[in-house]
Amino acid sequence: MEATLKRTPLYARHVALGARMVPFAGWEMPVQYEGVIPEHKAVRAECGAFDVSHMGQLHVDGPTAQSFLQEMLSNDVDRVRDGEAQYTLLTNEQGGIVDDLIVYRFAHGQFLLVVNASNRSAVYEWLKEREPRGTEVRDASDEYALVAVQGPRSLERLGLPEAPAFTHAMGELDGVEVLICRTGYTGEKGVELCCGEDDGPALWDAVLARGAVPCGLGARDTLRLEVCYPLHGNDITPETDAISAGLRWACELEKDFTGVEVLREIAASGPRLRLVPFVMEEKAIPRQGMPVEGGGEVTSGTHSPMLDRGIGMAYVPAERAAPDTELVVDVRGKPRRARVVKKPIYRKES
Amino acid sequence: MPAQESYPDDLKYHPEHDWARLDGEEAVLGITWFAQDALGELVHFEAPDAGATVTKDEPYGEVESVKAVSDVVSPLSGEVLEVNQKAVDEPETVNEDPYGEGWLVRIRMSQPNEVDALMDAAAYRAHVAAEQ
Repeated sequence: MEATLKRTPLYARHVALGARMVPFAGWEMPVQYEGVIPEHKAVRAECGAFDVSHMGQLHVDGPTAQSFLQEMLSNDVDRVRDGEAQYTLLTNEQGGIVDDLIVYRFAHGQFLLVVNASNRSAVYEWLKEREPRGTEVRDASDEYALVAVQGPRSLERLGLPEAPAFTHAMGELDGVEVLICRTGYTGEKGVELCCGEDDGPALWDAVLARGAVPCGLGARDTLRLEVCYPLHGNDITPETDAISAGLRWACELEKDFTGVEVLREIAASGPRLRLVPFVMEEKAIPRQGMPVEGGGEVTSGTHSPMLDRGIGMAYVPAERAAPDTELVVDVRGKPRRARVVKKPIYRKES
Repeated sequence: MPAQESYPDDLKYHPEHDWARLDGEEAVLGITWFAQDALGELVHFEAPDAGATVTKDEPYGEVESVKAVSDVVSPLSGEVLEVNQKAVDEPETVNEDPYGEGWLVRIRMSQPNEVDALMDAAAYRAHVAAEQ
Protein backbone atom coordinates (compact mmCIF):
# COMPACT_ATOMS: atom_id res chain seq x y z
CA MET A 1 0.00 0.00 0.00
CA GLU A 2 2.55 2.58 1.17
CA ALA A 3 4.66 2.18 -1.94
CA THR A 4 1.76 3.42 -4.07
CA LEU A 5 1.18 6.63 -2.09
CA LYS A 6 2.09 9.79 -3.93
CA ARG A 7 4.28 12.51 -2.45
CA THR A 8 4.03 16.26 -2.99
CA PRO A 9 7.11 18.35 -3.92
CA LEU A 10 7.25 19.33 -0.22
CA TYR A 11 7.46 15.79 1.17
CA ALA A 12 11.09 16.10 2.28
CA ARG A 13 10.30 19.42 4.00
CA HIS A 14 7.53 17.79 6.05
CA VAL A 15 9.73 14.92 7.14
CA ALA A 16 12.54 17.33 8.08
CA LEU A 17 10.05 19.31 10.20
CA GLY A 18 9.07 16.14 12.07
CA ALA A 19 5.54 15.98 10.68
CA ARG A 20 3.39 12.93 11.30
CA MET A 21 2.69 11.62 7.80
CA VAL A 22 -0.56 9.79 7.00
CA PRO A 23 -2.24 8.42 3.87
CA PHE A 24 -4.90 10.80 2.51
CA ALA A 25 -6.70 10.39 -0.83
CA GLY A 26 -3.78 8.40 -2.21
CA TRP A 27 -1.15 10.84 -0.94
CA GLU A 28 1.29 10.74 1.93
CA MET A 29 0.45 13.99 3.69
CA PRO A 30 1.34 15.73 6.98
CA VAL A 31 -1.55 15.44 9.45
CA GLN A 32 0.27 17.52 12.07
CA TYR A 33 3.65 18.96 13.01
CA GLU A 34 3.57 20.33 16.57
CA GLY A 35 -0.07 19.39 17.16
CA VAL A 36 -3.54 20.01 15.73
CA ILE A 37 -4.61 22.44 18.45
CA PRO A 38 -1.60 24.81 18.43
CA GLU A 39 -1.63 24.80 14.60
CA HIS A 40 -5.35 25.58 14.55
CA LYS A 41 -4.89 28.44 17.02
CA ALA A 42 -1.94 29.82 15.06
CA VAL A 43 -4.19 30.21 12.01
CA ARG A 44 -6.98 31.86 14.00
CA ALA A 45 -4.56 34.24 15.75
CA GLU A 46 -1.74 34.86 13.27
CA CYS A 47 -0.75 32.87 10.21
CA GLY A 48 -0.33 29.23 9.19
CA ALA A 49 0.89 27.45 6.05
CA PHE A 50 -0.55 24.27 4.53
CA ASP A 51 0.81 22.07 1.77
CA VAL A 52 -2.23 21.47 -0.43
CA SER A 53 -0.27 20.34 -3.48
CA HIS A 54 -2.29 17.12 -3.48
CA MET A 55 -5.28 19.05 -4.83
CA GLY A 56 -5.97 18.71 -8.53
CA GLN A 57 -5.54 21.43 -11.16
CA LEU A 58 -7.36 21.11 -14.44
CA HIS A 59 -6.95 23.59 -17.26
CA VAL A 60 -10.06 24.11 -19.36
CA ASP A 61 -9.22 26.15 -22.43
CA GLY A 62 -10.65 27.02 -25.79
CA PRO A 63 -13.29 29.16 -27.53
CA THR A 64 -16.14 26.96 -26.20
CA ALA A 65 -14.65 26.46 -22.70
CA GLN A 66 -16.93 29.00 -21.03
CA SER A 67 -20.19 27.65 -22.45
CA PHE A 68 -19.01 24.11 -21.64
CA LEU A 69 -18.29 25.03 -18.00
CA GLN A 70 -21.63 26.85 -17.84
CA GLU A 71 -23.35 23.54 -18.70
CA MET A 72 -21.22 21.45 -16.33
CA LEU A 73 -21.01 23.66 -13.22
CA SER A 74 -23.80 24.82 -10.92
CA ASN A 75 -22.73 28.43 -10.40
CA ASP A 76 -22.90 31.16 -13.05
CA VAL A 77 -19.51 31.12 -14.78
CA ASP A 78 -20.56 34.11 -16.92
CA ARG A 79 -20.32 36.28 -13.80
CA VAL A 80 -16.61 35.47 -13.34
CA ARG A 81 -14.35 38.09 -14.89
CA ASP A 82 -10.64 37.88 -15.71
CA GLY A 83 -8.72 37.71 -12.43
CA GLU A 84 -11.69 36.40 -10.48
CA ALA A 85 -12.59 33.04 -8.96
CA GLN A 86 -15.83 31.32 -7.97
CA TYR A 87 -16.90 28.45 -5.72
CA THR A 88 -19.02 26.02 -7.71
CA LEU A 89 -20.22 22.42 -7.95
CA LEU A 90 -19.83 19.76 -10.60
CA THR A 91 -23.20 18.01 -10.57
CA ASN A 92 -24.52 14.70 -11.91
CA GLU A 93 -27.88 13.94 -13.58
CA GLN A 94 -29.48 13.24 -10.18
CA GLY A 95 -28.40 16.65 -8.87
CA GLY A 96 -25.70 14.97 -6.77
CA ILE A 97 -22.31 16.55 -6.23
CA VAL A 98 -19.42 14.98 -8.17
CA ASP A 99 -17.08 17.55 -6.61
CA ASP A 100 -17.00 21.04 -5.19
CA LEU A 101 -14.28 23.20 -6.68
CA ILE A 102 -13.05 26.68 -7.44
CA VAL A 103 -12.98 27.95 -11.01
CA TYR A 104 -10.41 30.67 -11.85
CA ARG A 105 -10.73 32.74 -15.01
CA PHE A 106 -7.53 34.12 -16.56
CA ALA A 107 -8.87 35.37 -19.87
CA HIS A 108 -11.62 34.62 -22.32
CA GLY A 109 -11.54 30.87 -22.93
CA GLN A 110 -8.89 30.27 -20.28
CA PHE A 111 -9.91 28.65 -16.99
CA LEU A 112 -8.33 26.69 -14.16
CA LEU A 113 -10.32 24.35 -11.91
CA VAL A 114 -8.88 23.46 -8.51
CA VAL A 115 -10.53 20.23 -7.41
CA ASN A 116 -10.35 17.89 -4.41
CA ALA A 117 -7.45 15.43 -4.44
CA SER A 118 -9.79 12.48 -3.97
CA ASN A 119 -11.89 13.52 -6.99
CA ARG A 120 -9.13 14.55 -9.37
CA SER A 121 -9.56 11.65 -11.78
CA ALA A 122 -13.36 11.54 -11.43
CA VAL A 123 -13.63 15.22 -12.39
CA TYR A 124 -11.10 14.90 -15.18
CA GLU A 125 -12.84 11.87 -16.69
CA TRP A 126 -16.28 13.46 -16.28
CA LEU A 127 -15.23 16.57 -18.17
CA LYS A 128 -13.07 14.76 -20.73
CA GLU A 129 -15.97 12.49 -21.74
CA ARG A 130 -18.19 15.51 -22.32
CA GLU A 131 -15.56 17.84 -23.77
CA PRO A 132 -17.01 19.55 -26.85
CA ARG A 133 -15.24 20.71 -29.98
CA GLY A 134 -13.32 23.88 -29.15
CA THR A 135 -12.54 22.95 -25.54
CA GLU A 136 -9.52 21.16 -24.17
CA VAL A 137 -9.49 19.76 -20.63
CA ARG A 138 -6.00 19.02 -19.34
CA ASP A 139 -4.95 17.58 -15.96
CA ALA A 140 -1.93 19.64 -14.91
CA SER A 141 -1.99 18.62 -11.23
CA ASP A 142 1.51 17.16 -11.26
CA GLU A 143 3.01 20.37 -12.63
CA TYR A 144 2.19 22.54 -9.63
CA ALA A 145 2.84 22.96 -5.94
CA LEU A 146 0.08 24.67 -3.95
CA VAL A 147 0.63 26.30 -0.55
CA ALA A 148 -2.22 27.87 1.44
CA VAL A 149 -1.22 30.69 3.79
CA GLN A 150 -4.10 31.52 6.09
CA GLY A 151 -4.76 33.72 9.10
CA PRO A 152 -5.50 37.34 10.02
CA ARG A 153 -1.84 38.33 9.57
CA SER A 154 -1.14 36.26 6.45
CA LEU A 155 -1.11 39.08 3.88
CA GLU A 156 0.96 41.30 6.13
CA ARG A 157 3.49 38.52 6.74
CA LEU A 158 3.78 37.83 3.04
CA GLY A 159 4.06 41.51 2.21
CA LEU A 160 1.02 41.29 -0.07
CA PRO A 161 -1.51 44.07 -0.60
CA GLU A 162 -5.11 43.63 0.49
CA ALA A 163 -7.29 42.27 -2.30
CA PRO A 164 -10.93 41.17 -2.43
CA ALA A 165 -11.69 37.52 -1.70
CA PHE A 166 -12.01 35.33 -4.80
CA THR A 167 -9.56 37.31 -6.90
CA HIS A 168 -6.20 36.17 -8.24
CA ALA A 169 -3.11 37.62 -9.89
CA MET A 170 0.37 36.57 -10.93
CA GLY A 171 3.06 37.84 -8.61
CA GLU A 172 6.37 37.06 -6.99
CA LEU A 173 7.27 36.05 -3.47
CA ASP A 174 10.94 36.20 -2.48
CA GLY A 175 12.04 35.33 -5.98
CA VAL A 176 9.43 32.66 -6.70
CA GLU A 177 6.89 33.31 -9.43
CA VAL A 178 3.44 32.49 -8.02
CA LEU A 179 -0.22 32.68 -8.83
CA ILE A 180 -1.69 34.42 -5.79
CA CYS A 181 -5.32 33.48 -5.13
CA ARG A 182 -7.37 35.12 -2.40
CA THR A 183 -9.07 31.87 -1.48
CA GLY A 184 -8.89 29.36 1.33
CA TYR A 185 -10.58 26.76 3.50
CA THR A 186 -10.21 28.12 7.02
CA GLY A 187 -12.61 31.06 7.32
CA GLU A 188 -9.64 33.40 7.78
CA LYS A 189 -8.15 35.97 5.48
CA GLY A 190 -5.46 34.37 3.35
CA VAL A 191 -4.10 33.23 0.04
CA GLU A 192 -3.41 30.06 -1.86
CA LEU A 193 -0.10 30.25 -3.70
CA CYS A 194 0.43 28.16 -6.80
CA CYS A 195 3.86 27.71 -8.38
CA GLY A 196 5.75 25.24 -10.56
CA GLU A 197 6.48 21.99 -8.70
CA ASP A 198 10.25 22.59 -8.77
CA ASP A 199 9.78 25.94 -7.02
CA GLY A 200 7.57 24.38 -4.30
CA PRO A 201 10.29 23.91 -1.66
CA ALA A 202 11.63 27.47 -2.19
CA LEU A 203 8.10 28.87 -1.85
CA TRP A 204 7.46 26.82 1.31
CA ASP A 205 10.77 27.96 2.83
CA ALA A 206 9.97 31.59 2.02
CA VAL A 207 6.54 31.36 3.61
CA LEU A 208 7.89 29.76 6.80
CA ALA A 209 10.76 32.27 6.95
CA ARG A 210 8.12 35.00 6.95
CA GLY A 211 6.61 33.51 10.11
CA ALA A 212 3.84 31.18 8.97
CA VAL A 213 3.42 28.17 11.26
CA PRO A 214 3.43 24.85 9.35
CA CYS A 215 -0.01 23.25 9.67
CA GLY A 216 -1.23 19.78 8.74
CA LEU A 217 -4.44 18.30 7.44
CA GLY A 218 -5.68 17.83 11.01
CA ALA A 219 -5.91 21.58 11.60
CA ARG A 220 -7.23 22.11 8.08
CA ASP A 221 -10.19 19.89 8.98
CA THR A 222 -10.95 21.49 12.36
CA LEU A 223 -10.63 25.00 10.86
CA ARG A 224 -13.02 24.29 7.97
CA LEU A 225 -15.56 22.59 10.22
CA GLU A 226 -15.66 25.50 12.68
CA VAL A 227 -16.77 27.72 9.78
CA CYS A 228 -19.06 25.03 8.23
CA TYR A 229 -17.26 24.59 4.92
CA PRO A 230 -18.42 21.20 3.61
CA LEU A 231 -15.91 18.43 2.92
CA HIS A 232 -16.59 16.39 -0.20
CA GLY A 233 -16.82 12.71 0.70
CA ASN A 234 -18.22 13.57 4.14
CA ASP A 235 -20.84 16.32 3.99
CA ILE A 236 -21.45 16.35 0.26
CA THR A 237 -21.23 13.38 -2.12
CA PRO A 238 -22.56 12.25 -5.52
CA GLU A 239 -25.63 11.04 -3.55
CA THR A 240 -26.37 14.35 -1.81
CA ASP A 241 -27.74 17.44 -3.52
CA ALA A 242 -26.78 21.07 -3.21
CA ILE A 243 -30.15 22.25 -1.86
CA SER A 244 -30.18 19.80 1.07
CA ALA A 245 -26.52 20.66 1.71
CA GLY A 246 -27.30 24.38 2.04
CA LEU A 247 -25.35 25.21 -1.14
CA ARG A 248 -28.20 26.74 -3.12
CA TRP A 249 -26.17 29.99 -3.12
CA ALA A 250 -23.63 28.21 -5.33
CA CYS A 251 -26.32 27.18 -7.86
CA GLU A 252 -27.78 29.33 -10.63
CA LEU A 253 -31.10 27.52 -11.02
CA GLU A 254 -32.18 29.85 -13.86
CA LYS A 255 -29.57 28.40 -16.22
CA ASP A 256 -29.23 24.89 -17.64
CA PHE A 257 -26.65 22.59 -16.15
CA THR A 258 -26.48 18.87 -15.39
CA GLY A 259 -29.21 17.85 -12.93
CA VAL A 260 -30.77 21.31 -12.68
CA GLU A 261 -34.34 19.97 -13.09
CA VAL A 262 -33.89 17.78 -10.01
CA LEU A 263 -32.48 20.69 -8.03
CA ARG A 264 -35.33 22.98 -9.09
CA GLU A 265 -37.82 20.39 -7.85
CA ILE A 266 -36.06 19.98 -4.50
CA ALA A 267 -35.82 23.75 -4.13
CA ALA A 268 -39.54 24.13 -4.90
CA SER A 269 -40.83 21.36 -2.65
CA GLY A 270 -38.21 21.79 0.07
CA PRO A 271 -35.61 19.14 0.90
CA ARG A 272 -36.50 16.19 3.11
CA LEU A 273 -33.17 16.41 4.94
CA ARG A 274 -30.98 19.41 5.61
CA LEU A 275 -27.30 19.63 6.49
CA VAL A 276 -27.05 21.55 9.76
CA PRO A 277 -24.18 22.62 11.99
CA PHE A 278 -24.45 21.68 15.66
CA VAL A 279 -22.53 21.94 18.92
CA MET A 280 -22.53 19.35 21.68
CA GLU A 281 -24.24 20.35 24.91
CA GLU A 282 -22.58 17.50 26.77
CA LYS A 283 -18.96 16.38 26.92
CA ALA A 284 -18.67 14.17 23.84
CA ILE A 285 -17.11 14.35 20.40
CA PRO A 286 -19.37 13.56 17.44
CA ARG A 287 -17.83 11.58 14.59
CA GLN A 288 -18.76 10.85 10.98
CA GLY A 289 -21.44 8.14 10.72
CA MET A 290 -22.97 8.53 14.19
CA PRO A 291 -26.79 8.33 14.05
CA VAL A 292 -28.95 11.25 15.14
CA GLU A 293 -32.03 10.25 17.13
CA GLY A 294 -35.22 10.62 15.10
CA GLY A 295 -33.38 10.23 11.79
CA GLY A 296 -30.24 11.58 10.23
CA GLU A 297 -26.53 11.10 10.56
CA VAL A 298 -23.40 13.01 11.48
CA THR A 299 -21.30 13.67 8.36
CA SER A 300 -18.42 15.52 10.04
CA GLY A 301 -17.52 15.80 13.69
CA THR A 302 -14.57 16.89 15.75
CA HIS A 303 -13.41 18.77 18.81
CA SER A 304 -13.45 22.53 18.26
CA PRO A 305 -10.20 24.03 19.52
CA MET A 306 -11.78 27.51 19.74
CA LEU A 307 -14.98 26.48 21.54
CA ASP A 308 -13.34 23.58 23.43
CA ARG A 309 -16.32 21.30 22.78
CA GLY A 310 -17.60 18.79 20.27
CA ILE A 311 -18.97 20.22 17.01
CA GLY A 312 -20.23 18.76 13.78
CA MET A 313 -22.55 18.76 10.82
CA ALA A 314 -25.39 16.31 10.26
CA TYR A 315 -28.23 15.68 7.84
CA VAL A 316 -31.45 15.85 9.87
CA PRO A 317 -35.14 15.90 8.86
CA ALA A 318 -35.97 19.39 7.56
CA GLU A 319 -38.50 20.06 10.34
CA ARG A 320 -35.69 19.69 12.90
CA ALA A 321 -33.13 21.82 11.09
CA ALA A 322 -33.89 25.24 12.64
CA PRO A 323 -31.22 26.84 14.85
CA ASP A 324 -31.70 26.02 18.56
CA THR A 325 -33.37 22.68 17.85
CA GLU A 326 -32.14 20.06 20.27
CA LEU A 327 -30.60 16.93 18.75
CA VAL A 328 -29.48 13.71 20.37
CA VAL A 329 -26.39 12.09 18.87
CA ASP A 330 -25.72 8.40 19.45
CA VAL A 331 -22.08 8.46 20.60
CA ARG A 332 -21.14 4.76 20.49
CA GLY A 333 -24.38 3.74 22.18
CA LYS A 334 -24.64 6.71 24.56
CA PRO A 335 -27.21 9.43 23.86
CA ARG A 336 -25.54 12.86 23.99
CA ARG A 337 -27.37 16.18 23.67
CA ALA A 338 -26.47 18.66 20.93
CA ARG A 339 -28.03 21.84 19.56
CA VAL A 340 -28.43 23.09 16.00
CA VAL A 341 -26.67 26.44 15.55
CA LYS A 342 -26.46 29.10 12.87
CA LYS A 343 -23.52 29.06 10.45
CA PRO A 344 -20.71 29.50 11.16
CA ILE A 345 -20.19 27.45 14.33
CA TYR A 346 -17.26 29.69 15.29
CA ARG A 347 -17.32 33.39 14.65
CA LYS A 348 -14.49 35.69 15.63
CA GLU A 349 -15.44 38.30 18.24
CA SER A 350 -15.13 41.68 16.61
CA MET B 1 4.20 20.67 26.89
CA PRO B 2 4.13 16.98 25.92
CA ALA B 3 6.13 14.69 28.15
CA GLN B 4 9.37 13.02 27.09
CA GLU B 5 9.24 9.31 26.29
CA SER B 6 9.64 7.21 29.44
CA TYR B 7 8.44 3.93 30.98
CA PRO B 8 9.03 4.03 34.73
CA ASP B 9 10.47 0.92 36.36
CA ASP B 10 8.00 0.92 39.26
CA LEU B 11 4.96 0.28 37.01
CA LYS B 12 3.38 -2.84 35.49
CA TYR B 13 2.36 -2.73 31.83
CA HIS B 14 -0.35 -4.20 29.61
CA PRO B 15 0.35 -4.81 25.89
CA GLU B 16 -2.52 -2.46 24.94
CA HIS B 17 -0.33 0.39 26.30
CA ASP B 18 -1.83 0.76 29.75
CA TRP B 19 0.01 0.89 33.05
CA ALA B 20 -0.79 -0.02 36.66
CA ARG B 21 0.84 1.31 39.84
CA LEU B 22 0.25 -1.20 42.64
CA ASP B 23 -0.48 -0.12 46.20
CA GLY B 24 -1.56 -3.02 48.45
CA GLU B 25 -5.04 -4.11 47.33
CA GLU B 26 -5.40 -1.05 45.16
CA ALA B 27 -3.96 -0.01 41.83
CA VAL B 28 -3.84 3.27 39.91
CA LEU B 29 -4.29 2.90 36.13
CA GLY B 30 -3.36 5.06 33.17
CA ILE B 31 -2.12 5.02 29.58
CA THR B 32 1.54 4.95 28.62
CA TRP B 33 3.63 7.62 26.94
CA PHE B 34 3.47 5.53 23.75
CA ALA B 35 -0.36 5.51 23.80
CA GLN B 36 -0.75 9.26 24.35
CA ASP B 37 1.88 10.02 21.71
CA ALA B 38 0.12 7.82 19.14
CA LEU B 39 -3.20 9.58 19.80
CA GLY B 40 -1.90 13.14 19.95
CA GLU B 41 -3.38 15.88 22.12
CA LEU B 42 -6.20 14.38 24.17
CA VAL B 43 -9.43 16.36 24.26
CA HIS B 44 -11.81 13.92 25.98
CA PHE B 45 -11.70 11.15 28.60
CA GLU B 46 -14.94 9.16 28.71
CA ALA B 47 -14.53 7.83 32.25
CA PRO B 48 -16.33 4.98 34.03
CA ASP B 49 -18.44 5.79 37.11
CA ALA B 50 -17.03 5.23 40.56
CA GLY B 51 -18.23 1.80 41.66
CA ALA B 52 -18.09 0.35 38.15
CA THR B 53 -16.48 -3.03 37.64
CA VAL B 54 -13.45 -3.25 35.37
CA THR B 55 -12.17 -6.48 33.86
CA LYS B 56 -8.65 -7.33 32.80
CA ASP B 57 -8.18 -6.99 29.01
CA GLU B 58 -11.57 -5.24 28.63
CA PRO B 59 -12.17 -1.54 27.87
CA TYR B 60 -13.26 0.59 30.83
CA GLY B 61 -13.28 3.99 29.13
CA GLU B 62 -12.28 5.92 26.03
CA VAL B 63 -9.75 8.61 25.31
CA GLU B 64 -10.14 10.87 22.29
CA SER B 65 -7.86 13.19 20.41
CA VAL B 66 -9.06 15.63 17.77
CA LYS B 67 -8.71 12.91 15.14
CA ALA B 68 -9.21 9.58 16.89
CA VAL B 69 -10.95 7.56 19.59
CA SER B 70 -9.28 4.77 21.52
CA ASP B 71 -10.55 2.32 24.12
CA VAL B 72 -8.72 2.29 27.42
CA VAL B 73 -8.12 -1.33 28.33
CA SER B 74 -7.88 -2.36 31.95
CA PRO B 75 -4.69 -4.20 32.87
CA LEU B 76 -6.40 -5.64 35.98
CA SER B 77 -9.86 -6.58 37.27
CA GLY B 78 -11.55 -4.78 40.13
CA GLU B 79 -13.88 -1.99 41.23
CA VAL B 80 -13.39 1.69 40.41
CA LEU B 81 -12.83 3.63 43.64
CA GLU B 82 -12.02 6.99 42.11
CA VAL B 83 -11.84 8.71 38.71
CA ASN B 84 -9.20 11.37 38.16
CA GLN B 85 -11.39 14.43 37.67
CA LYS B 86 -8.40 16.38 36.38
CA ALA B 87 -8.07 13.94 33.47
CA VAL B 88 -11.79 14.49 32.73
CA ASP B 89 -11.68 18.28 33.00
CA GLU B 90 -8.24 18.81 31.43
CA PRO B 91 -7.47 15.75 29.29
CA GLU B 92 -4.23 17.36 28.07
CA THR B 93 -2.88 16.52 31.54
CA VAL B 94 -2.56 12.93 30.28
CA ASN B 95 -0.19 14.14 27.52
CA GLU B 96 1.78 16.32 29.89
CA ASP B 97 2.20 13.84 32.73
CA PRO B 98 0.93 10.36 31.75
CA TYR B 99 2.29 8.60 34.87
CA GLY B 100 1.62 11.36 37.41
CA GLU B 101 -1.20 13.91 37.31
CA GLY B 102 -2.56 12.24 34.19
CA TRP B 103 -3.57 8.97 35.88
CA LEU B 104 -7.10 7.83 34.95
CA VAL B 105 -8.70 5.67 37.67
CA ARG B 106 -7.92 4.05 41.02
CA ILE B 107 -9.31 0.54 41.55
CA ARG B 108 -9.55 -2.12 44.24
CA MET B 109 -8.23 -5.32 42.70
CA SER B 110 -10.50 -8.36 42.72
CA GLN B 111 -7.88 -10.75 41.29
CA PRO B 112 -4.48 -9.60 42.62
CA ASN B 113 -2.74 -12.60 41.02
CA GLU B 114 -3.51 -11.07 37.59
CA VAL B 115 -0.51 -8.85 38.23
CA ASP B 116 1.73 -11.81 37.40
CA ALA B 117 0.57 -11.67 33.75
CA LEU B 118 1.65 -8.04 33.28
CA MET B 119 4.97 -6.89 31.84
CA ASP B 120 7.70 -5.10 33.70
CA ALA B 121 9.19 -1.93 32.21
CA ALA B 122 11.98 -3.76 30.33
CA ALA B 123 9.53 -6.17 28.69
CA TYR B 124 7.18 -3.31 27.79
CA ARG B 125 9.99 -1.26 26.26
CA ALA B 126 10.81 -4.25 24.06
CA HIS B 127 7.09 -4.53 23.16
CA VAL B 128 6.99 -0.85 22.16
CA ALA B 129 10.17 -1.21 20.09
CA ALA B 130 8.57 -4.13 18.24
CA GLU B 131 5.52 -1.99 17.34
CA GLN B 132 7.60 0.77 15.75
